[in-house]
Amino acid sequence: MPETPEKLILPEIPGLQRIDVYEEHGGYGALKKAVAMKPDEIIDQVKKSNLRGRGGACFPTGLKWSFMPKQSPKVKYLCANGDESEPGTFKDRLIFELNPHLFIEGSLIAAYAMGIAKIYVYVRGEYAKWINILQAAADDAQKKGYIGQNILGTGFGCDFVVFKGAGAYICGEESALMTSIEGDRGYPRIKPPFPAQFGLWGCPTTINNIETLANVPHILNKGWEWFSAIGAPKQPGTLLYGVSGHVRKPGVYELPTGVRLTELIYNHAGGVPGDKKIKAVIPGGSSTMWLRGSEIDGVKMDAESFKSAGTAIGTGGVIVMDEDTDVLKVLTRITKFYHHESCGQCTPCREGCGWMEKILQRFLNGEGTMEDVGLLEDVANNIEGNTICALGDAAAWPVQSFIRKFRDEFEKRAVKSPPAPKPVPPPHLVTITL
Amino acid sequence: MFSPENLKKLEQLKKQFPTSKALTLPVLWLAQNQYGWISPETMKEVAEILQLPLGHVYGVVTFYTMFNPKPVGKYHLQVCTNISCGLLGAEEICDHICHRLNIQPGGTTADRKFTVTEVECLGSCGTAPVIQVNDDYVGGLTIEKADQLMTDLK
Repeated sequence: MPETPEKLILPEIPGLQRIDVYEEHGGYGALKKAVAMKPDEIIDQVKKSNLRGRGGACFPTGLKWSFMPKQSPKVKYLCANGDESEPGTFKDRLIFELNPHLFIEGSLIAAYAMGIAKIYVYVRGEYAKWINILQAAADDAQKKGYIGQNILGTGFGCDFVVFKGAGAYICGEESALMTSIEGDRGYPRIKPPFPAQFGLWGCPTTINNIETLANVPHILNKGWEWFSAIGAPKQPGTLLYGVSGHVRKPGVYELPTGVRLTELIYNHAGGVPGDKKIKAVIPGGSSTMWLRGSEIDGVKMDAESFKSAGTAIGTGGVIVMDEDTDVLKVLTRITKFYHHESCGQCTPCREGCGWMEKILQRFLNGEGTMEDVGLLEDVANNIEGNTICALGDAAAWPVQSFIRKFRDEFEKRAVKSPPAPKPVPPPHLVTITL
Repeated sequence: MFSPENLKKLEQLKKQFPTSKALTLPVLWLAQNQYGWISPETMKEVAEILQLPLGHVYGVVTFYTMFNPKPVGKYHLQVCTNISCGLLGAEEICDHICHRLNIQPGGTTADRKFTVTEVECLGSCGTAPVIQVNDDYVGGLTIEKADQLMTDLK
């Protein structure tokens, strides 16, 4: 059995954000080890470690890296995704603040493994302060020779550019992130072609989440066997779980994957204020399917367990709602969010999100009927799977799951017949005299 | 006109990106930091500097919520009202702030001191409700704390 890995990403070491302290604790050792290895060996290790992406889709990281062409006449790029805009998610910001060098080291190892000489780190614009922290850390790393030309005297060179976003949820979607770096509005692109073939400026590109990359140095330092034994076998490692909403101690908790949802809420986040019952939980950021309070017992926080519970681990952002919550109002707010953030390219998402918001608003206004529930479901079903990117799905899933699980909330508010339509004033006649 | 420091930064930026178009967001940030907002004249200036159509620059400015196509006050109060903040009373706080300043969300006070904007998740749900004042986050907001904050901002 491996020793209990308490905290890999955010260990409690004072001053770890400083490069000297980071180095004292073995920092940049994995990079030194990496540049002495063959790139393929690194990809192989990451593959065997079973590391899965931490951005919400849980895609196997090593497999993703292996999609990058070995020989390419074009430049290759790595994009680190720090857009972090999924409501309920607030973990990458802590990595920038408390352990930026771990992420920098991980991204450099990834770049070396894939033969990449340029890293763009896309950070949401609201994180202005943390962008400065990350930039300062990168400058320190450059001074020490970890970034730039001829890293550690090996001939491997890599640039590290921090890119400031400007307020758009959609830019967390990998193809929209790339169009944003290219200088356009953040419009997702149709896949295929996938980024490994046709990414930034049409060049092979890999996009990884900040937390994903921060796991990489540990895999090289301690070996894939060690890493793959932590937490849930199919999605090993620790996760930065964000717990928010109606809990006594909201915050980010780093724990192995597969921890019980109830343990996270009650033991770590201190339970619900006033010892109220839990009415609903959004388990992995706003896009994931809702769970009723009665369903959370025994559910474990990993991709496989969540799948069998009918939801998804997403970004690990758990939002807890107590028994007094007006959950229909919360769903309306989420839908308003997706309506606001839809980029507008695909009709089902652009129009459908607005329609869903309007239908839900009818219930809040006391004007919704049970037929409206059918209409709402129909709209959601017609958005799901019919858009370029997953934002449409992300808007549909909470609504669909809510209808399945909280039908009583609609019934409580529904009116028998819709209010009589307001009389339309007669058309204003204009006489034109020639 | 772009300040000499910004022109210097522009030269640095050019080395980081292979195309001029990719400089759109970074240069708009330089412009907004210098002028406080992005006026139609600034859009023209940016388009000229980057040799891009004005329509492209306009499209980018209006797509991203953080670029201000209207002037904002000295303190830009950005109140998150998304799920986690909303569960802990963000809407009431937003209403209170607007009421106290006698403006609607999106509005600016007559003395140009405050602009209030209702924003989407700021990525700080653990300290909800959260407000962003210019670049700084203030968490654990209550109506009393919001009042104190507005009094303290000189």
